[in-house]
Amino acid sequence: MTFVRVMGFSLLILLVYTGFANILPQVQGDPPKEEEIDAGSLDMAGMVSLGQQLFSGKGTCTLCHNKRLRAPDLLALDLAKSFPQRLADPRYTGIAKSKEGAQAIGEYIHESMLDPSKYVVAGFGKKGSGDTISQMPKINLPPISLSPVEINAITAFLQDRAGLTPTIALPSASEAPAPSNDAGEEEEGPSTTAVAALEKFGCSSCHDLEGSEADIGPKLNGISKKLDDAKITEAIIKPNAEIAEGFEADTMPDDFGEQMRVSELNLIIDYLKNLPENP
Amino acid sequence: MKVRNYLGLFLIFSAALLLLFPELLLAATDSGDIVAGAPRPSRLDYPKIADINSRTLVWGLAQMHLFLAAFVLAVPLFAISMEFLGHLSGDERYDNMAYEFMKITMSAYSLTALFGGSLALGLFVLYPQLMGYLMKVFRGQVLVYALLFLLESVTLYLYYYSWKALRYGNAKWCHMSIGLVLNTVGLTLMFVANAWATFMMSPTGVDPTTGAVIGSVWDATRNPLWNPVNLHRFLANIAYGGAIVGGYAAYMFLAEKDKELKAHYDWMGYTSNFIAIAGFLPLPFAGYWLMAEIYSYSQQMGITAMGGILAWLFIIQAVLIGTIVLAANYYLWCGLMRTDRGAEYAKYVKYIAVVIVGGFLVWVTPNSLILTTEEIRQLGGTGHKFLGPLGIMPAKNTAVNLMLVFTFLSFQMFYRSSRIPTVSWARQGNMVIIALYVIGCANIVAAGIYGYLTPTVYKVGASVPQVVTTLSIIIISVTIDVFMLRGAKTTKVHWGRMPERSQYALFVLPVAFTWLMGLMGYIRSSLRTSWHVYTIMKDKSPEAYIPTIGEAGNTITIITLSFMAIMVFVFWLSRLGETRQEKPT
Repeated sequence: MTFVRVMGFSLLILLVYTGFANILPQVQGDPPKEEEIDAGSLDMAGMVSLGQQLFSGKGTCTLCHNKRLRAPDLLALDLAKSFPQRLADPRYTGIAKSKEGAQAIGEYIHESMLDPSKYVVAGFGKKGSGDTISQMPKINLPPISLSPVEINAITAFLQDRAGLTPTIALPSASEAPAPSNDAGEEEEGPSTTAVAALEKFGCSSCHDLEGSEADIGPKLNGISKKLDDAKITEAIIKPNAEIAEGFEADTMPDDFGEQMRVSELNLIIDYLKNLPENP
Repeated sequence: MKVRNYLGLFLIFSAALLLLFPELLLAATDSGDIVAGAPRPSRLDYPKIADINSRTLVWGLAQMHLFLAAFVLAVPLFAISMEFLGHLSGDERYDNMAYEFMKITMSAYSLTALFGGSLALGLFVLYPQLMGYLMKVFRGQVLVYALLFLLESVTLYLYYYSWKALRYGNAKWCHMSIGLVLNTVGLTLMFVANAWATFMMSPTGVDPTTGAVIGSVWDATRNPLWNPVNLHRFLANIAYGGAIVGGYAAYMFLAEKDKELKAHYDWMGYTSNFIAIAGFLPLPFAGYWLMAEIYSYSQQMGITAMGGILAWLFIIQAVLIGTIVLAANYYLWCGLMRTDRGAEYAKYVKYIAVVIVGGFLVWVTPNSLILTTEEIRQLGGTGHKFLGPLGIMPAKNTAVNLMLVFTFLSFQMFYRSSRIPTVSWARQGNMVIIALYVIGCANIVAAGIYGYLTPTVYKVGASVPQVVTTLSIIIISVTIDVFMLRGAKTTKVHWGRMPERSQYALFVLPVAFTWLMGLMGYIRSSLRTSWHVYTIMKDKSPEAYIPTIGEAGNTITIITLSFMAIMVFVFWLSRLGETRQEKPT
């Protein structure tokens, strides 16, 4: 009897905790979604705009550069005054020392992202370092890993905010596309139905699904008779591993493994398995 | 027999490990192998077994292993302390209680090994690339771990089974030496396992861009978060072990009919609660150190924890800790009924309750919230206009320090309720203690206000004077009490004179502690976001996302319930073991 009473009491407490956890806002922290940027099509206004997005998105700059002042609030400061003051500070020994103008400020901003400890604004250094070591990570390294194009975009954005004409070089079309990502919580949520998932990943554009009558990819009716779950999974996330007769390799995107959530993959697999053999 | 079984298990496990990963022995000498970078797995590199969610399975096994291991490592720590105390004081009650603690541990030990083995198997099967990399980084250390585990088993069985054979005189010292070896080995085991977990959060000894192993095993071991986690887990284990044994005592108190035995379990419950709270009091400070080191290692990681997606979890943490503090205090207040002079102190309980509940409310006040645009518009920001300031660290530090000081006061009241000081300076001594509390609390509040005025980077540092004040109040008043109550006139403590509801309050502690440990494990693990090894090895598994609070809460509840069911079953078994059937007449 004591066993039952004690277990019942424990269960009651646990249900309270669980209920509390379930009434709070539910946010899933998804891994960064990788997107491609068409570097060749960006003009300077596009670079400034990209820099602004990166500043509060993938670059995670606003985590610290905000009004709580873990780092100088770059969106509130008068940058037109602040940047020249920093270059003139005797403690600054970087590449833009003793220089003036937009080009020098651009070099300073760029340098401060790749080597933040080169110059630490007074009062913002690591505790005990006497403002010689910055708390900021090098943003070209993990976990942020901004590409050179993205670093240039942020430089352009900050130059623009300082009222200067950005001096960075525009990326060329041949330049490697810059991977970007959004903050996990801002990402579009996962599809909750198979039809939504098919639409999201454009499956019916190539396969005859949901009455699309597309014939770029093979018909998938009766697929469960031919392939087991593992093989269907492989056909989706590694489409070139085995090519259906009469179809060509490299037609289907091979990055669904990166793009799809596991719940979406399962929805699609279940959907395909339940397709009638004869439509 | 059991030791032989473990030896057999150990050999089979080691052989299987070496067959699967021969590089374990070779890696230390094969430099070509060591310089390879961290693997870059794709989704296909994660074996999928039926519809099993790999992460949830490993999560469950790891958490169960951790719960049991925390208990099994903690109990011998205070068993040896009790044994030492009993030997010095000559009071056999301490020795008997320590032996009873160990009896419960023995039942849990086999389960710890079982879940540990299952966890290792699950990790190697479901995350082969990660485990292969960790094997390269830590090389032969895994075998050292296995050897330590064997030694832990041998010393544990030796310590328990030799208890009655080595009970008095010099033999007792010999027995306590075995206990000392047992605890040393146990702590070393925990430190080794902590090195692996913290390496995944703050890797060192490897090339930051490729993950290639460039340092020694020691370089990887002494990563920035290793010692903060070591200290945090050491203290948490003591609190947790105390809470579980307290739960056992409460269970036995409720189940027992015999008055003498009820009194014994009441005393055991009180002592366990004391140990649990003694381990718990410094825990927030160890937590601050850990969080400060996390911020120092990576601001991003720190902000993810405290101001990002995981920030809400600290509200749940506050609710759990609030429950623990309230339950522990309630139990202590009920304890005043055990003494004849308890009523004299009971009148102060309502004031303590106000401070504890007030502190709890400050602690659960969030600073900035994840809200909809409409909610932000209505609220005029992401934080409440008036209550928002209570959400930041200076207010929370003030609240937690006051809660700890007043919890200690509850203990002190019970202790004093059965003792009347006879020294001539008793009045002055009491005045000093009262002044200590008043000035101390004023200083904690003042330091909290000062915390609002300092830049964010120094806010954590501003809590140091508060911590020092709290510890000073506790240490100085204990010291004064020791001298003032020497030769005091003692009144009878009626052990067993406790209402049943007090035992349920005692049982809240293990339930809340277990859930809290599960929650903190989830937070610690989630700080790596989508990395197996932070900044070194990406997690490309299908479950490389931070689950929602609800999903995490449901999982933690299922794991906790399973654990509690196992523990209550162990308690029941222990009681069954003492039951002797009467010979039929």
